[in-house]
Amino acid sequence: MSIDPKLSPSESRLPDVSVDLDSIESGTSLWQDAWHRLRKNHMALISFWILVFMAVFCFVGPFLSPYDHRDNDLEQTLMSPHLQHPFGTDDLGRDQLTRVMVGGRVSLGVGIIATAVSLLIGVTYGATAAYVGGKTDATMMRFVDVLYALPFTIFVILLMTLFERSIVLLFVVIGAVEWLTMARIVRGQVLSLKEQEFVEAAVSLGYSTRRIILRHIIPNVLGVVVVYATLTVPSVMLLESFLSFLGLGVQPPMPSWGSLIKLGADNMILFPHLLLIPAFFFSLTLFSLNFLGDGLRDALDPKSSKD
Amino acid sequence: MAILEVKDLKTYFHTRNGIVRAVDGVSFSVERGETLGIVGESGSGKSVSCYSLLGLIPQPPGRIESGQAILDGEVDLLNCSEKTLQGIRGKKISMIFQDPMTSLNPYLRVSTQLIEALRMHERLTKKEALVRSIKALEEVGITEASTRIQFYPHEFSGGMRQRVMIAMAMITHPEILIADEPTTALDVTVQAQILELIKERQAANNSAVILITHDLGVVAGMCDRINVMYAGKIVESGTADDIFKRAQHPYTIALQRSIPSLGSKGSPLYTIPGLPPDLSKPIPGDAFAMREGIKSGGKWDQTPPPLVQVSDTHWVRESDVILPTLEEVLDVR
Repeated sequence: MSIDPKLSPSESRLPDVSVDLDSIESGTSLWQDAWHRLRKNHMALISFWILVFMAVFCFVGPFLSPYDHRDNDLEQTLMSPHLQHPFGTDDLGRDQLTRVMVGGRVSLGVGIIATAVSLLIGVTYGATAAYVGGKTDATMMRFVDVLYALPFTIFVILLMTLFERSIVLLFVVIGAVEWLTMARIVRGQVLSLKEQEFVEAAVSLGYSTRRIILRHIIPNVLGVVVVYATLTVPSVMLLESFLSFLGLGVQPPMPSWGSLIKLGADNMILFPHLLLIPAFFFSLTLFSLNFLGDGLRDALDPKSSKD
Repeated sequence: MAILEVKDLKTYFHTRNGIVRAVDGVSFSVERGETLGIVGESGSGKSVSCYSLLGLIPQPPGRIESGQAILDGEVDLLNCSEKTLQGIRGKKISMIFQDPMTSLNPYLRVSTQLIEALRMHERLTKKEALVRSIKALEEVGITEASTRIQFYPHEFSGGMRQRVMIAMAMITHPEILIADEPTTALDVTVQAQILELIKERQAANNSAVILITHDLGVVAGMCDRINVMYAGKIVESGTADDIFKRAQHPYTIALQRSIPSLGSKGSPLYTIPGLPPDLSKPIPGDAFAMREGIKSGGKWDQTPPPLVQVSDTHWVRESDVILPTLEEVLDVR
């Protein structure tokens, strides 16, 4: 290629400057930035796909299985894994694969719904307390302190025994206990946020308190909230399995990972697969959630990440 | 008729260490289309007096003890419901803040924030609001506004963000714009542009501007009238000429002597000795006379000095302070 002598070197180089027009046209939000950082984190990404697989496995799987989780076949009890029953069968001859899938449904469902309940209550409560401030804040947070002081496991057990045991109640009870920490975290964040000038600017533009909390404060705390939520899911799932293990959670014949593990533990010596398989699925999910939570924290708050 | 008439405004903060009299009996008025400058040291009450008008003082600990602020001869801003005030904020009185880096919500697109500000006060469809918002950005000198409006605040520079803030404040054509040190966080060349822009938007809307600053140079170039505040009180008030050419209060004179000038390169700079008084203790007399290193005749030690009218436009608070000479100031240092 010949260089036109009339053009100065810098002008002739101009066409080479490539600009990513797409990203300029729309602007990159802080969320998109975070997503780019998350994609570079392999552990978090693998965990994310494992969780997607788990969700499909548990929620779609049972429809594809030829067995129902309630069907027992007393001629085929406590079988080791083989072709017809890849995960074997339990003491009543029920297909273990189907039961693991259905159990996962309950465990994941509790994890997600209870976390959502705790998010909804915790974020609104914490944000309101901090934003309104003064006596309202003091009263609201003392109420949280009182609930904190209640021995929480006993509280759950009490509720589960008092009321009729149902899955819905399990969701609500766990959520109602888990929101306390969320409310405290959100309150702390909002306290510092409300001193920011953009909140003052929003007030000076005539926005209502409700609008400021919903549109201007909550989006700014979501980063922290999302991270905390991914770490709440596993703790909720553990709590559910613990309750099921005690026999207070999901009632048979409906399985959950916790109750499957309990059953496995009873037959641990002779039939270890009954314990190992649900335990493996359960641990894998918990690990993935924790890694994803870690990855999200690094992605949403790049300054806090190590090295 | 004045668009805003403030009478005897007193804003106190009730803290654990006592009552801080941040604003102690301030009266002023602003005419349509006029620029009023409020100058003073940090803590002189210039920001608090304006924040009080819009109910932006955190309550508690702040409390507006007395006063009236009549907007447009109709509403008393200090004694109306929160609901009325919400309708006035952003519609009739807008504000721009000191630090443009933090005064936009980082999670929302600029378009969202502009449209929200506009639709809050006017019935418009989203589309109409977007068109008006793009126009508002163009008016504050942002090129390619229709593209840039979709950006997030962190994709703008400080000067550009202040332009966006001005666009947001002016989008509803408010009658009064309160600018709280709008250029403090910006570098000098951008400062000049922003001030020019405020002037231009003011002329286009015939708005009144209240400019809070501690930069006398800014005030001289921008303002029709100037209030000088010290320790929560106005010590001198007048037109720009009154203040800069015929200043009478020793504090105003001292402030002007403290401006570094280009001509006197290398010579020591005049400063006011001492610190502003602690406002949590009652000040019976002339607050400036109490300042460490300042001598006075003692006439106003126990009685509050009155504000005296010197000419049609010029008011001065009486004071018998004798300012220290440059040599004395240097001795203290």
